[in-house]
Amino acid sequence: MNNNSVVISLQQIKKIYDMGGVEEVQALRGVSLEIQKNEYVAIMGPSGSGKSTLMNIIGCLDTPTSGLYEFNTVNVSEMNDNQLARVRNKEIGFVFQTFNLLARSDALHNVELPLIYAGVPSVDRKRMAREALEHVGLGDRIHHKPNELSGGQRQRVAVARALVNRPSILLADEPTGNLDSKTGDEIMILFEELHRQGNTIILVTHEEYIAEHAYRIIRIRDGMVESDTPVERRAKVLAAVS
Amino acid sequence: MVSLFEFREGLSVSLRALRANKMRSVLTMIGIAFGIWAVTMMATAIEGVGRAFEKSTSAFGSKVVYIQKFAWASGEEEWWKSRNRRNMKVEYADYILHHATLIDAVAPAVATFKDASFGSRTMIAAFITGTTHYYQEASGTTIAEGRFFSQEESDGGRPVCAIGANVAETLFPNIDPIDQVIKVGGFPYRVLAVFEKQGGMFGAFTSDNRIYIPIRSFMNQFGTRRDVTLNVRVAQSADIEDAKEELRGIMRKVRQLNVGQEDDFRINEQELLNRLFRSITAVIASIGFFITGLALFVGGIGIMNIMYVSVSERTKEIGIRKAIGARRRTILFQFLAESAIICMIGGLIGLLFAFPSSLLLNQVLPTAMPLSVVFVALIVSALVGIVSGFLPAYKAAKMDPVEALRYE
Repeated sequence: MNNNSVVISLQQIKKIYDMGGVEEVQALRGVSLEIQKNEYVAIMGPSGSGKSTLMNIIGCLDTPTSGLYEFNTVNVSEMNDNQLARVRNKEIGFVFQTFNLLARSDALHNVELPLIYAGVPSVDRKRMAREALEHVGLGDRIHHKPNELSGGQRQRVAVARALVNRPSILLADEPTGNLDSKTGDEIMILFEELHRQGNTIILVTHEEYIAEHAYRIIRIRDGMVESDTPVERRAKVLAAVS
Repeated sequence: MVSLFEFREGLSVSLRALRANKMRSVLTMIGIAFGIWAVTMMATAIEGVGRAFEKSTSAFGSKVVYIQKFAWASGEEEWWKSRNRRNMKVEYADYILHHATLIDAVAPAVATFKDASFGSRTMIAAFITGTTHYYQEASGTTIAEGRFFSQEESDGGRPVCAIGANVAETLFPNIDPIDQVIKVGGFPYRVLAVFEKQGGMFGAFTSDNRIYIPIRSFMNQFGTRRDVTLNVRVAQSADIEDAKEELRGIMRKVRQLNVGQEDDFRINEQELLNRLFRSITAVIASIGFFITGLALFVGGIGIMNIMYVSVSERTKEIGIRKAIGARRRTILFQFLAESAIICMIGGLIGLLFAFPSSLLLNQVLPTAMPLSVVFVALIVSALVGIVSGFLPAYKAAKMDPVEALRYE
């Protein structure tokens, strides 16, 4: 595995929201950054900093107004809806603050969903989804619906769903925001394990404590990169892993 | 295209959504069920009118043509023209019989309405037909009891008659009509035969309400200045168009028409009536289908409304699905499947009610729900679902994933 290949490359990314007529909001005012394979990066910033907009663009949920975004050296900044959907499906695993599981489907089906959209045949799909759930420690919960699971378990289902298609990056938006600190720590331990297994993780948060689990912190303020530094003192939760 | 897996996912999502909103789904289905029921009943009724017509006109026999002054289906202009034509004559029948090669029989017929009575029982305005012994062969009717009058009785103008089934029922509710003497327009006639009942709604075409008497008796008693219809039965082996052409040539000779003069007669056949009937039913059908189609349309609006609700309720879900890779057409298909399923279940319910209703309708009209209607109804209801579900589904498909995810 080449640990130095660039997964994400942003050059002068701008995002301008037209608020109707003369007024416009510059959410991103020229962001440039690179993320390598197998990096564990935290993106931080107060609300209104443009952090969410940046995450949406990195996650291919949104396209920049201008600038170049290359994902695995492919230009995604000018892709259409369906092409973006394909990139999201194959290359990006999302983990959301509110879990965003389908309430009426059991854990297995939730995890299967990206495989359905990828066109994986049923038998393989079931096996892969089950493996992904076992991987996050929920092998015995595959037929539980989200409301039958605890918050931490729900987030694990979401992580399994994010990883089931073997994406290039795991994009987590405040993954511990809706969890108590103990389950939050458990999720961070899981992330650390995933990182050690070779996954590329991008963590979006506004909490310093959570961000310190990463190896690099990019701080966003007023739509610009304020600082981009390695983490010197990593959070103590790591002790539990090693 | 949507992959097979997406297709199945779309279907199962739709079914789950329907189960989750049972009441709402059922209410919406009722709208479609009503529409499908109405349209199906309309189709069944039209089928019934068609069958009734066919049953009535089968009395004509398909190989019988009628030489007359008037065309059966004609415009006003032609009618005025034909009014002034010379009457057809009884004598033509013999001439045609001897000169035509493609026919089996010719029977002249004249008709009027007279009251008929037996004892104290009277049939007002019975349809009296004067004809010859050839009539039965020429018309292809079936006798239930007795025999038609013979050539001698016909030529001699004997006071004998053959009566239709309804006439027999009216005048002879309790006794055998054969050899009884009835009064037709005041003159006595002995009943020789009773025809088989033909039924159908257009009684005037059938033998049911008729009394047949020898044409000579008719002329003596009810007047000679009457227009004659020549019933001609085309030979089984002959082509009907060839026979018509031959008859036309003979008739032109009989009527002494010069080259260049147009025909002053018409050779009518059942097909003409069929054509007229079809054009009338087409108009009735299109009006009927338009009105019942409105019911279906209203049902479709109900579907559209409920689908809009469904889409906005599930905005978040749409966002999640898009985030993990659902394409526009996947989402579009998912919602189209939902509305098509609602409509098809509604359509099935409509058909379920339409079947017993068609049995009820069968009491009035000889009809049955055509099997094709079942398929058409299901296809139509699926189409209604797809058409009325399209706008809501499209709205869902083009949702911005970022905004959809933010929706609570």
